[in-house]
Amino acid sequence: MLRYALKRLLSLILSLAVASVVIFVVIEIAPGDPASFMLGVNAQADTLAALRAELGLDVSKAERYFNWVGGMLVGDFGTSYTYRTPVSQMIADRMWVSLPLAIYALTLSTLIAFPAGIYAAARRGKPGDVAVMGATQLGIAVPNFWFAMMLVLVFAINLRWFNAGGFAGWENGLWTGLRSLTLPAIALALPQAAILARVMRSALLDILSEDFMRTARAKGLSHRQALWRHGVRNALIPVLTIIGLQFSFLLAGSIIIEQVFYLPGLGRLVFQAISARDLIVVESVVMLLVFAVIMVNFMVDLAYAAVDPRLRSRT
Amino acid sequence: MTKQRFRSFASALALGASLFATQALAKSDITIAMQLEPPHLDPTSAAAQAIDSVVYTNIFEGLTRFMGDGSVVPGLAESWEISEDGTVYTFKLRDGVTFHDGSTMDAEDVKFSLDRATAEDSANAQKALFAGIETVEVVDPLTVRVTLKEPNGNFLFNLAWGDAVIVAPESIENIKTNPVGTGAFTFADWVQGDSITLNRNPDYWGEQPALETATFKFISDPTAAFAAMMAEDVDVFDNFPAPENLPQFEADPRFQLLVGSTEGETILSTNNKQAPFDDILVRQALAHAIDRQAIIDGAMFGYGTPIGTHFAPHNPAYVDLTGDSAYDPEQAKALLAEAGFPDGFETTLHLPPPSYARRGGEIIAAQLSEVGITAEIINVEWAQWLESVFKGKEFGLTIVSHTEPMDIGIYARPDYYFQYDSTDFQALMNTLNSTTDPDERTRLLGEAQRLISTDYVNGYLFQLAKLGVAKAGVQGLWVNAPTAAIDLTAISWDE
Repeated sequence: MLRYALKRLLSLILSLAVASVVIFVVIEIAPGDPASFMLGVNAQADTLAALRAELGLDVSKAERYFNWVGGMLVGDFGTSYTYRTPVSQMIADRMWVSLPLAIYALTLSTLIAFPAGIYAAARRGKPGDVAVMGATQLGIAVPNFWFAMMLVLVFAINLRWFNAGGFAGWENGLWTGLRSLTLPAIALALPQAAILARVMRSALLDILSEDFMRTARAKGLSHRQALWRHGVRNALIPVLTIIGLQFSFLLAGSIIIEQVFYLPGLGRLVFQAISARDLIVVESVVMLLVFAVIMVNFMVDLAYAAVDPRLRSRT
Repeated sequence: MTKQRFRSFASALALGASLFATQALAKSDITIAMQLEPPHLDPTSAAAQAIDSVVYTNIFEGLTRFMGDGSVVPGLAESWEISEDGTVYTFKLRDGVTFHDGSTMDAEDVKFSLDRATAEDSANAQKALFAGIETVEVVDPLTVRVTLKEPNGNFLFNLAWGDAVIVAPESIENIKTNPVGTGAFTFADWVQGDSITLNRNPDYWGEQPALETATFKFISDPTAAFAAMMAEDVDVFDNFPAPENLPQFEADPRFQLLVGSTEGETILSTNNKQAPFDDILVRQALAHAIDRQAIIDGAMFGYGTPIGTHFAPHNPAYVDLTGDSAYDPEQAKALLAEAGFPDGFETTLHLPPPSYARRGGEIIAAQLSEVGITAEIINVEWAQWLESVFKGKEFGLTIVSHTEPMDIGIYARPDYYFQYDSTDFQALMNTLNSTTDPDERTRLLGEAQRLISTDYVNGYLFQLAKLGVAKAGVQGLWVNAPTAAIDLTAISWDE
């Protein structure tokens, strides 16, 4: 187990190193100078030069790369070119929106997907199954921002149950904060729930045809008992994998939803920073997201090994 | 419940609520939405208009200031005297003005602010405004003498810009995140990515504003903007990003529409040094190939005033020259043939993100293809536009709104990105700058407008409209935008 973990750790470090180079190169290659973006069309050459020097943009790219990576290793993500505040602080602030939103959405999607998937599997081929599968097909096909707009139309503009967007802040109480994240979380959760429900259903169906299920029935369990006691538990492995992937997706992929609901989250930060060529912010946030995804995968790998002894012995 | 009935139910509720509101105190807080978030809050070291929108006249004030109608009136300077030759300005400052940190605003602060703007390492985005300043002297605590290198008829106007506000040396270090000015509002809080809050300044030297608190909220997505207004999450949208939605607000008694003008001349910028645009016949053909009204209707849903030169129609000195470049595709074809392009030619059309450019660009490309010109559309982000079009001058055509007030002077800069190099025009601008007589200035400005119109430097499209949406009860909002500003001091709620 230790050797396996070490091996995974090494590949994690390598992935991060490669990612840092790719991110830096891709972002720096795109044309656009942060200083001229800030100073606009009437800026004079000497003003631009002064600002570039102030921002530390007047050194070579290689030097900037090593400054950036070196800083990150000791937890210093640099200072935003446009906001002039430490990037780490900006990320921390935005995390308080994006992380709860991702967890909220994931919870909702699991709460919807599990019953739906199990119900459909138990009623395979019957009208109930067809209805659930039809709904999930729809959920996968419709983009989440469309759901978002519909939710706003119904619950914010017509019914006035929620605000159309914005984040009320946690300092006004847990409920106030959760309330302002509810519509975005539902919009994010629906397509994810559709995917998860389908995975749950097909995983269950696979398991139902396994020999041990027949054995379970043979030893006297009812269909329902066998499904719950042996089926669902075994189906959890592929489902957990998908949940892991979805979590990274929700954390990194809520850019559009954060725009639609104007939430001050990580996605919006990246979006603003890209258009302002706030390179250091883009690089650091993307790197952080890569780190999160890789870490989640690492955890999932370890969890597999813990669950399935065959993985350990094979390496 | 049918929709109609639901509406009447809702409005009955609203009526009940407003009746109740009149019983209570008048509302003294307001939430104003704008599309872009300011990068920081120092108007003297960035070009971002969003900074001025939040801080101009609210937090920071200059020696002079713009009013909503575009006039320039005394600000922190109570009065001034101008020497006979027009080079020495002696400003008398208001007495008893303090910064939000309690320190006194005096002549030293004025000297500090102007010196900072003109300094070698100045980060001022509009350094050219101050280029004519030779010295700034403190005569006594309430008197400042500014000596110019040569007379400048625009000097008081230049001092009204957000880039010329008075700042204090004591608070300059953290000005970007904690702005300390002399204005009627103090900076309270900034939740980055979300909102900025200002509070009334009880020690303000002037009249106390009606508002106690103002919150600026940043909503960039046009759909979200519509939803936020409709759900009444915000009270005002400073410049509404989706003109197609405005009829809905107009029809709704809960809202008022404030359609005004900005200082933005929206033009089809043409690279005058790049073949074939170095030929005036080709540029003239381009001008006649464009149907302005179709662009205004198609891209801006009818909002915008056609212009025939680079000048704001609401300015008294404006001359209507749209006739010089009237829509006439046949004449355009004839001109192209005369210039040696009977079958037209190919060029590029770079489009920055705003909808006037992206939507307008599609229409212009279609209109150009009518006369045989194939314009390849290239969508660019602002940073990219600044790099390749503005700085690199690698473009044939581009659409952009020039939002600086009174910026016809850019045509006198041969290295400016559209590269118009006319000694006649440059001489005209030099004369203008040293002329202070108002009538003579008006005449010269008219001449300048005619010159760039008949030289067909760029395709002059329309003056960008300012499309404000507000709840019906809000009063005192600027309709026009002589500069980017949301002047809170005059805003109040109808009681």
